[in-house]
Amino acid sequence: MSATPDRLVDYDEVLTRYEPVFGLETHVELGTASKMFCGCSTTFGAEPNTQTCPTCLGLPGSLPSANAAAIESTIRIGLALGCRIATWARFSRKNYFYPDIPKGFQTTQYDEPMCTAGHLDVEVDGETYRVEIERVHLEEDTGKNLHVGGSTGRIHGADHSLIDYNRAGIPLVEIVTRPIPGAGAKAPEVAKAYVTELREILVALGVSEVRMEQGNLRCDVNTSLAPIGSLEWGTRTETKNVNSLRSVERAVRFEMRRQAALLDEGQRIFQETRHFHEDTGTTSPGRSKEEATDYRYFPEPDLVPVAPDEEWVASLLAALPELPAARRSRLSDEWGIAPTEMAWLVNAGAVELVSDTVAAGASPGDARKWWLGDLARRANDTGTELGELAVTPKQVAELIGLISAGTINDQLARQTLDGVLAGEGDPAAVVEARGLAVMGESDELVSAVDGAIAGNPDVAEKVRGGKVQAIGALVGAVMKTTRGKADAATVKRMLEERLIG
Amino acid sequence: MSTPSRKDRLTRDEVAHLAHLARLAVTDEELDLFAGQLGAVLDAVAQVGRADVADVPPTTHAVPMTNVFREDVARPSLPRDAVLAGAPAAEDGRIRVPRILGEGA
Repeated sequence: MSATPDRLVDYDEVLTRYEPVFGLETHVELGTASKMFCGCSTTFGAEPNTQTCPTCLGLPGSLPSANAAAIESTIRIGLALGCRIATWARFSRKNYFYPDIPKGFQTTQYDEPMCTAGHLDVEVDGETYRVEIERVHLEEDTGKNLHVGGSTGRIHGADHSLIDYNRAGIPLVEIVTRPIPGAGAKAPEVAKAYVTELREILVALGVSEVRMEQGNLRCDVNTSLAPIGSLEWGTRTETKNVNSLRSVERAVRFEMRRQAALLDEGQRIFQETRHFHEDTGTTSPGRSKEEATDYRYFPEPDLVPVAPDEEWVASLLAALPELPAARRSRLSDEWGIAPTEMAWLVNAGAVELVSDTVAAGASPGDARKWWLGDLARRANDTGTELGELAVTPKQVAELIGLISAGTINDQLARQTLDGVLAGEGDPAAVVEARGLAVMGESDELVSAVDGAIAGNPDVAEKVRGGKVQAIGALVGAVMKTTRGKADAATVKRMLEERLIG
Repeated sequence: MSTPSRKDRLTRDEVAHLAHLARLAVTDEELDLFAGQLGAVLDAVAQVGRADVADVPPTTHAVPMTNVFREDVARPSLPRDAVLAGAPAAEDGRIRVPRILGEGA
């Protein structure tokens, strides 16, 4: 790790002199039941080394056999990205030594990948950017290293490492973009929007759980800068293991600022691998690619070629689900909202949540109001994603239903939500347990209304005398006595009945 | 396809590079010896280049088969004791390896 912090140029200043180009390599762990080349289970969180066998451990004499579901998922991803599906694809061996790769090579695809030449359109601030997809190929994941000793648990300064091979051999799809120029100041956001949209597609296809915190989706982010007007692109760096949507944006931004400082000083950028640090949002150098990556790829002799026939591919294409972009456009129409509002929902990760809430009986307007309003604020306060809040769309729909029925008002609904989020049960149960229901014209409310009139004779007199707006003070007094549990409209009506007749 | 022709001998540096990639410790004398021996092997293989293969597609499999797949069904794995017994060292259910150098920071 470099001892001196990197010099950084202000982001806006970078753009006055340089044009960024970025690209992404995204690894997706497929959600198959078994591994890519053997029958070991892929369940996340199992005890270390309990899901291994001679094949995924690379023991002598073992032979791989390809997982049909993984092949199919890869083709479906390719189709969803508008790729050309190869009629002839092969696996290759990528040879290198690293403890997390027990065979001494990774089985991957090299010169004959399954899918090529696709694209994905993403939208940022109302503008559409086309991300060209270079290739989609299928490979196997590596084991997991645990570095022991040293102060930080990182590889640097570690005393030794411990390896868990449960992950080794899990099918991994790699989606590689072509370099993306022309996004200018929006480059970091376009990068994030691309991964966000890709993730939505993977969810729609049902091919992966795409839980970034579990490492189902991992990004390598390539970034380069060239002086504005230059005919050539700059040398790129590859930032590895950028594992959240936010970090994708941060990684591009940081590399732009760091590289600009070096270029300003007349230094050159080395083509190198860099590590992203989640805590600081910075990158630090890793292995230099110029050193030598000589993987000596060759066709995997133990696996026969994959030759998807046209009919099969056509049937997979026909069976693709509605893709997120089409779905959003349809929902915008159904909900009667503008594209900008749909963009807010997308940015907030709320499209599916609102859709599910509507499906559970809420009106689109109410569903949007709660997810983008109160719930978004709570997610923001606790630093979590909206979808990770401990409340389901069904519960939100129930809450909205209780409001519509007049059982609770908005303020009581917030308290009800507190209870739901605290794990106290469904909204109706929380209302019951916490006694949050709005008061009807109960004796308690009648006495509170009468008490407010008696306690504020001068205000009451004004209202009687025709100053109707003064009634607000009396409503406030009743709400205070009832601790907000009364329904303001009901209170107002009761006051009017008594004072105006 | 390019026609393999080996006018140049395999160099010591190339042998040293290959030895490094294969993590083999090779002495200076062995570099000379292997450069000569491997060169002879390559020359022998290069004879294939004399065959007229203009109309023959590259072959990597002796059997004309494609699409051999396995159904996606999980099967029992090895017992962990058996897995760890085959490793030189283990700790906390994991395989223990010397510290990993040469990459990362």
